[in-house]
Amino acid sequence: MNAIGDYLSRTHGKSRLDISDIFTYLYLSLGTIIMFGPVIWLVMSSFKSSAELSKFPPRFFPYRQETVAVPGYDEPLDLYDVTLEDGTVRQLAQVRRVGIEAQMIDPANPEEIIRVNINQRKPVEEINFSLTNYSNGIQKFNFWIYFGNSVVVTIGATILTLLVNSMAAFALSKYKFRGRDTIFFITIATLMVPLSVILVPVFLVITQIGWNNNLLGVIVPGAATPTGVFLLRQYMLTIPDELIDSARIDGASEWRIYLQIILPLARPALAVLTIFSVMWRWNDFLWPLIVLSRSEYFTLQVGLNSFQGELQVQWDLILSMTVLTLLPITLVFAVLQRYITTGIATTGMK
Amino acid sequence: MARLASSSEPRKAYSRNPISRVLSSIFEFFLSIIDAVMLPLQKRIGIRGMAYVFVLPNLLIFAVFILLPMLLNFYYAFTGGTRLFPQDRPFVGTENLERLFECENFLIANSCREDLFWRAIGNTIFFVVTQVGLMILISLITALALNRRIIGRGFFRSIFFYPVLLSPVVVALIWKWILQQDGLLNALLVAFGEEPRRFLLSAGWARFWAVVISVWSQMGFYTLILLAGLQAIPAELYEASDIDGANGWDAFRFVTFPLLMPTMMVVLVLSLIRAVQVFDQVYAFTGGGPGTATQYMVQYIYDTGFANQTSNYGLAAAASMVLAGALLAFTVIQLRLGRSSAISE
Repeated sequence: MNAIGDYLSRTHGKSRLDISDIFTYLYLSLGTIIMFGPVIWLVMSSFKSSAELSKFPPRFFPYRQETVAVPGYDEPLDLYDVTLEDGTVRQLAQVRRVGIEAQMIDPANPEEIIRVNINQRKPVEEINFSLTNYSNGIQKFNFWIYFGNSVVVTIGATILTLLVNSMAAFALSKYKFRGRDTIFFITIATLMVPLSVILVPVFLVITQIGWNNNLLGVIVPGAATPTGVFLLRQYMLTIPDELIDSARIDGASEWRIYLQIILPLARPALAVLTIFSVMWRWNDFLWPLIVLSRSEYFTLQVGLNSFQGELQVQWDLILSMTVLTLLPITLVFAVLQRYITTGIATTGMK
Repeated sequence: MARLASSSEPRKAYSRNPISRVLSSIFEFFLSIIDAVMLPLQKRIGIRGMAYVFVLPNLLIFAVFILLPMLLNFYYAFTGGTRLFPQDRPFVGTENLERLFECENFLIANSCREDLFWRAIGNTIFFVVTQVGLMILISLITALALNRRIIGRGFFRSIFFYPVLLSPVVVALIWKWILQQDGLLNALLVAFGEEPRRFLLSAGWARFWAVVISVWSQMGFYTLILLAGLQAIPAELYEASDIDGANGWDAFRFVTFPLLMPTMMVVLVLSLIRAVQVFDQVYAFTGGGPGTATQYMVQYIYDTGFANQTSNYGLAAAASMVLAGALLAFTVIQLRLGRSSAISE
């Protein structure tokens, strides 16, 4: 009981490792395996051949069976370690398999055919990270089209979001005008209105504008994020008004103030919003699913989902495409993880 | 102030670096174009008037894609037919809502006209209760562990957070691969002498795993928020309770727990609002199956309005209103608790 109490309360450890520390490290190690293990497993599996993938039980590393070219045979033959009846083990190449009997030859002496029971042989294998799944997947999956669409959507939407949100935040934080508080209130109030509640009418609006099967239909609607406006406004409130006043005295126009003073000073908040916007847009699924119905406009997420529907059993391709889909966001995280985790902890948003 | 002045004043036009000089002259050119357009406007409507110009684009997108649809949703809920455009839709009053609530016994989904809707509600309630409960528990334990003075805290924090970044489809596929019949989990079960199980073909298991993968993919986010809450608790309070002779459990009960309560409430409301809307991840994971075991409210709306052969937009919109009602209730709780600064997209 005391150990649990220590675990629950202490924010600083003694110099010696005690039972609660051990408990903590055990928990965190187990957590690491559960949180990261599935992704490692996915990556490992994506390098395996489809024959290897359907094997049970599965193995951790991707293997490839060694082959040998034997004169007289067009195709390279699979190599096996064969336990012969006298107990010796020899490396033989398999010519063909008939039922439970395998016809093997010694690569050094291809004339003589040795018949063995298939349980008597074990494949000779080496660890091999094969990129076949990736090259096949990229071909069959139209990877580059989906990837291009995702990139266009992510970059376009992020730039648009940063622009319109920062403009609105500037107006809401640095001007006094009629309706300001109303606009701000409506913005905050709709924070809780998720897309799932207004699916049908949003679809109508998109259809009316003619943005069905148009990347604009994915980019524009989500750009006016209440979260972004709120975050930037709070940050801009901390920029002193005197700076703006003195710029006005120097004859700067309002747009100059916005572009040359406010935006550079709001860089930290803009950076946080950029990271979030990239994350939201790259991973977005429901909105593109509604707006896009022709496959040449699919984003990676929608494409991947429809791909797994079509090819229920083609795990070799699905796995490699899943890895390619999570790769960009993983790289962004690896580089910027400190900003992302502290950004979320301080703003409390996703 | 000093920091602000130094970062905004010099080094623009006079920079020696040729690249930044080119960039700043491009920027200057761009600025003068904007000024050429906007200065006459500013002269006409004044400085305050410019505020409306700045707020306009955001407001416009917002009005067209959020406010207008919110109003239209009511219109759809009270009109019928299968046509999308409002002018083609006949007014039917509360028929759609009545259809949703036409039930002999609300506890038995089969007795309802829209049995799928009630099944979806039942599934959603199960999901929300188990997922939110499990997630808060695990996030809290993890946050407490990460709050201790441990080696590699940053590493562990990143590891726990990483799945948050993965898209719903990717998460679904990762787990589908592990849980499939010849998958890793069954291999582990067999290695421990158990029978392999058909996880995604049994209703109970599918529901269970839908909860697990959703906790797996979101807990890092809530852990971070709770961790920030824990770190905001002043260390003196623990020292004081130590001096008063409190043991670790007492310190947790009387210091950590009450002071963490506001953060816990934020986490509770945020996770409730998200859990009620569960759809995309599970949709890619099980497709709602087996049968209707993992069909939730948003999937009912999506299927009714978009995926089914004949789109019943009115019924979908009416179901949206029911969902919006549930979300509104949670939002009111959130506002009552007096925190509007924590936000979920």
